[in-house]
Amino acid sequence: MRVVAEKLLVDLARQRQVVSALRAFLPESAVLFDEEDVKPYECDGLSAYRQVPMVVALPDTEEQVCRVLSTCNEMRVPVVARGAGTGLSGGALPLGNGVLLSLAKFMRILEVEPRSRTARVQPGVRNLAISEAASPHGYYYAPDPSSQIACTIGGNVAENSGGVHCLKYGLTVHNILKLRVATIEGEIVEVGSEALDSAGYDLLALMTGSEGMLGVVTEVTVRLLPKPVCAQVVMAAFDDTEKAGHAVASVIAAGIIPAGLEMMDQAATRAVEEFVHAGYRTDAAAILLCESDGTEEEVAEEIERVQKIMEESGAVQTQVSRDEAERLRFWAGRKAAFPAVGRISPDYYCMDGTIPRKRLGEVLRKIARMEQKYGLRCANVFHAGDGNLHPLILYDANVADELQRTEEFGAEILELCVAVGGTITGEHGVGVEKINQMCVQFRGAELEAFHGVKRAFDEHGLLNPGKAVPTLSRCAEFGRMHVHSGEEKFPDLPRF
Amino acid sequence: MQDVIENLSRTIREAASRRRPLCIRGGGTKDFYGGETRGDVLDTRACRGIVSYEPTELVITARAGTPLAEIDAALRAEGQMLAFEPPRFGEGATLGGCIATGLSGPRRVYAGAVRDFVLGVRVLDGSGNELRFGGQVMKNVAGYDVSRLMVGSLGTLGVLLEVSLKVLPLPVAEITLRREHSQTEALALMDEWSRMPLPFSASCHAGNQLCFRLSGAEAGVRAAREKMGGEEVADGTAFWEKVREQRLEFFGQPGPLWRLSVRSSMPPLDLPGTQLIEWSGALRWLKSDAGAAMVRDAAAGAGGHATLFRAEDKSAGAFHPLPAALMKLHRRLKQNFDPAGILNPGRMYPDL
Ligand SMILES: Cc1cc2nc3c(=O)[nH]c(=O)nc-3n(C[C@H](O)[C@H](O)[C@H](O)COP(=O)(O)OP(=O)(O)OC[C@H]3O[C@@H](n4cnc5c(N)ncnc54)[C@H](O)[C@@H]3O)c2cc1C
Repeated sequence: MRVVAEKLLVDLARQRQVVSALRAFLPESAVLFDEEDVKPYECDGLSAYRQVPMVVALPDTEEQVCRVLSTCNEMRVPVVARGAGTGLSGGALPLGNGVLLSLAKFMRILEVEPRSRTARVQPGVRNLAISEAASPHGYYYAPDPSSQIACTIGGNVAENSGGVHCLKYGLTVHNILKLRVATIEGEIVEVGSEALDSAGYDLLALMTGSEGMLGVVTEVTVRLLPKPVCAQVVMAAFDDTEKAGHAVASVIAAGIIPAGLEMMDQAATRAVEEFVHAGYRTDAAAILLCESDGTEEEVAEEIERVQKIMEESGAVQTQVSRDEAERLRFWAGRKAAFPAVGRISPDYYCMDGTIPRKRLGEVLRKIARMEQKYGLRCANVFHAGDGNLHPLILYDANVADELQRTEEFGAEILELCVAVGGTITGEHGVGVEKINQMCVQFRGAELEAFHGVKRAFDEHGLLNPGKAVPTLSRCAEFGRMHVHSGEEKFPDLPRF
Repeated sequence: MQDVIENLSRTIREAASRRRPLCIRGGGTKDFYGGETRGDVLDTRACRGIVSYEPTELVITARAGTPLAEIDAALRAEGQMLAFEPPRFGEGATLGGCIATGLSGPRRVYAGAVRDFVLGVRVLDGSGNELRFGGQVMKNVAGYDVSRLMVGSLGTLGVLLEVSLKVLPLPVAEITLRREHSQTEALALMDEWSRMPLPFSASCHAGNQLCFRLSGAEAGVRAAREKMGGEEVADGTAFWEKVREQRLEFFGQPGPLWRLSVRSSMPPLDLPGTQLIEWSGALRWLKSDAGAAMVRDAAAGAGGHATLFRAEDKSAGAFHPLPAALMKLHRRLKQNFDPAGILNPGRMYPDL
């Protein structure tokens, strides 16, 4: 998370060339390069990294996107795609010698097809707008990142975003059917289909989560689900985070896949309570929110079982939402967790590791120890059912060396996630932020394979270069060895 | 196990240096699937066994040569299952073959496909290098999703060694019902039902019989059953196994078998021959002598694709042809993972 604020001096001659090449087919207003015009694009949600782009292109047709890409390919200019810029790993961070390709004008919902339960939308459509458009037909789009009022479906595809309901309904990759993608050569390929599978390799899966490194998504067909007839949430308070972690495992062990299963520790609930008054017990060490949805009968049955498990796991209090308003209030707190933490600290740094659920208690304990070690506070918010952690490290960028300590704290958390058998990123992507930790999670051979995949799509390495997959020399410089949990757990397994 | 993997790796390296094709095979139960097999057989069955299984994590990791039956038994003992209900097509079916063919069974449309449950893989690429992608956790976006890319790639990108899969609890209650309907009626009905939040887990229409399965919590299944009517099928489990394993009478008819994967809301497809419908209309099996072009046009027109699933003569190609720009990407990916072109060449497309 090193701050990249040093300004690359823009090569003015190059800039002029690129601008005029783009203006050959884009209106003047769609090609920006004045400092003040390009400034708003200098960062995404990870604002510690900033860089103004050389040029911003704002096409509004697919054909223009293809031409921007083929022009950049011919001129060997790097291109970074951008949706709403809410990404948390610096994926949409511009390049000082590159074009920032904004998809902001692609805001149309092309079709909502109630019969086939699909919607066909442009990449700049906001996540929530899809559910809003589907709602009159009784449908919704399931993946619901907390940023859903702002983030775009194109960004969701590029990050394989998740949300609180992904435990039961899956991530972006499970909820999209088809993409139109513009390649760096300016060709359109369709991956996936309106059917449930398609011929050839699963490029739909490969594109999903590829962080804008393989192509630019120009259209997305998503699967819609019927809105559940009924949903209820159990809120359970615990006096001990390990007990809460254990309750999570017990729910899953009982054969229940709740619609959502989220956890917040005390630092998080206190921040939230002050902000949105969701009704959380602030004296509890942790609270769990466990949602059940389906038919009335199913929900009644499941809620009863969940409540019993929570009590058996040592919950000091359980409360079932009595009506829709109360259910939404319980969730409002969770969904506002990041901004709420933003209010109690000048800055915060959001981590995104995933771990096996059974290690939850242990990892929480170790994070608490790191708080001491680095002298920084950390609020914890989790997609607990999936084992996806969002520790929020609180810091003040204006205090000398706090950012650096934060960075080290964050890196240690990620490495801990890998060591217990997990991953450095569950849903926010690698971007520029976690690129060093990729060297910890993967070995040279895998990184080489990733670079090969990239070359298959983008021969000259022009799409979002320098993100997501580190070069081997970078890893050598970083000097951290690959640690694979498997190696500790199964020492009898062969490796080369 | 080290020696087994080293042996496989050495065989691959030698084949690569001599550019001799390898035919990757587990139980050989799916030899019929895809293009013709050729090359020296690389048997994966020595690479066998469940590596780890943690019911509370909902994750199982097993070696590619492990029989599906063994995995099934281990899961069942803990009240869990592979929710995509993979077909076996024979006694010796292995996990590797299941992942490489990417075929899912009756529950697919409601629970998800093979690729939706794959969390991580270990493979040997076409140069004999061992690679690991993904892992054992539910959410993981570090690096490109090569694990899912392997699903359905028919061994053309790598030899699977080990796979981690998400598993699900067995439903508490399950019931199979039968109603009499023409194909047109059945499609309309399945379409209508799938727009309602009902606990469906399988559907199959053949002849004039529509069979469907409801799974989930007791109360939910009971309530849905009342809503939907129909007569109970005595041994539901055996029935769906017959559907999955293609042992229903329909599949016994002579002639080529086509698999058409289409938009589920499509009305009956007007093609010569007989059809069996699964997945609420999204999967249509066709027994027909109709020409490949005709069948493929019909599938493409219905938003999908057609596979020549079982046939004596597959000269028309087993899989739906790809547009040129897409084929170019396929070739480059193949080149990346298997530069010598020795892994199952031609099994998917002639030039992969
Ligand atoms: C308060 C807050 C809460 C959040 N909560 C969640 C959460 O619950 N779950 C979650 O998963 N994420 C969450 N995020 C992260 C973020 O919202 C997601 O990653 C989101 O998908 C990014 O969408 P975007 O449109 O803002 O993309 P951007 O930030 O603009 O871009 C993200 C990446 O996608 C690429 N990209 C964008 N559009 C395209 C395209 N059309 N084609 C190809 N590549 C493209 C970019 O190059 C970049 O690499 C949160 C962020 C914030 C600020």
